[in-house]
Amino acid sequence: MTSLQRLARWWPLIRPGDVLTLILALSFCGASAAALWRGGAPDKVVVRAGGELFAEVPLSRAQSIEVPGPLGVTVIEIEPGRARVAEDPGPRQYCVRQGWLTRSGAAAICAPNQVSLMLSGGRNQYDSLNY
Amino acid sequence: MTPSTIEIRPTADDARIARLAAAAIVLAVAEAAIPLPLPGVKPGLANIVILIVLLRWGWQDAVWVALLRVFAGSLLLGQFFAPGFFLALAGSLTSLIALGAAVHLPRHWFGPVSLSIIAAFAHIGGQLVLARVWLVPHDGVFYLVPVFALAATVFGLVNGLIAAHLLREMTPPSSG
Repeated sequence: MTSLQRLARWWPLIRPGDVLTLILALSFCGASAAALWRGGAPDKVVVRAGGELFAEVPLSRAQSIEVPGPLGVTVIEIEPGRARVAEDPGPRQYCVRQGWLTRSGAAAICAPNQVSLMLSGGRNQYDSLNY
Repeated sequence: MTPSTIEIRPTADDARIARLAAAAIVLAVAEAAIPLPLPGVKPGLANIVILIVLLRWGWQDAVWVALLRVFAGSLLLGQFFAPGFFLALAGSLTSLIALGAAVHLPRHWFGPVSLSIIAAFAHIGGQLVLARVWLVPHDGVFYLVPVFALAATVFGLVNGLIAAHLLREMTPPSSG
């Protein structure tokens, strides 16, 4: 007997209402995940330079922003749903190596060039610095 | 030796409930040995026994077996009066209430699988409410609801199928 046939023997144990219950249970799983886990989705990017707000850009379309600082120009790249520091003149490149930021509250800071990038919007549960 | 003045004569019903509760306790203890990634996500194999008792001997017997399992199981695992015991008790009580209502669903349409899934959801519901009120007074506990709900669906389905299979295999009801 193949394993498929063996599996099919369980089928008669399921009654029509059981299928309904199963569908309800699965839709509850999906709905609760959608309702509870979407809170972290960011919708905009906040760019600061020298402590001042430099730009607030929606996270919906791809673009790149050039931010001037004391050391040179920091390039911030934005794609739908995520953003990163693509280039930075700083010596250690911490903010570049952080890669793509996707969660609300996530931040990349290029301290030497005094530029910071932060995702916000959605339900801001915590910011990655204080947390 | 002085003969005892108290005489307890267990009835056939007592013996049957004790036997079934023992089966449930064995499953609960065996299950505690399975390593699981997240506290609270357990297959709940003992519920197979509860389902069979419910469908074969009725709700009152199921209550007895379920509560005996919670108390004796936690004693055996050293969990008695620990937080896990109260969570298990809360889950057990809510799922017994849900089963008491769900057992009146038309039997032709809703089989053990439905009862099992309903009980599993009631179980996590009771546990989460107690956890929110008492152990983790923060809405953060509900962040895990989708995980628990998925576990309840999967384990509820599997346990229900096993219970349905065993009920089909079992000999016709006898009081022994």
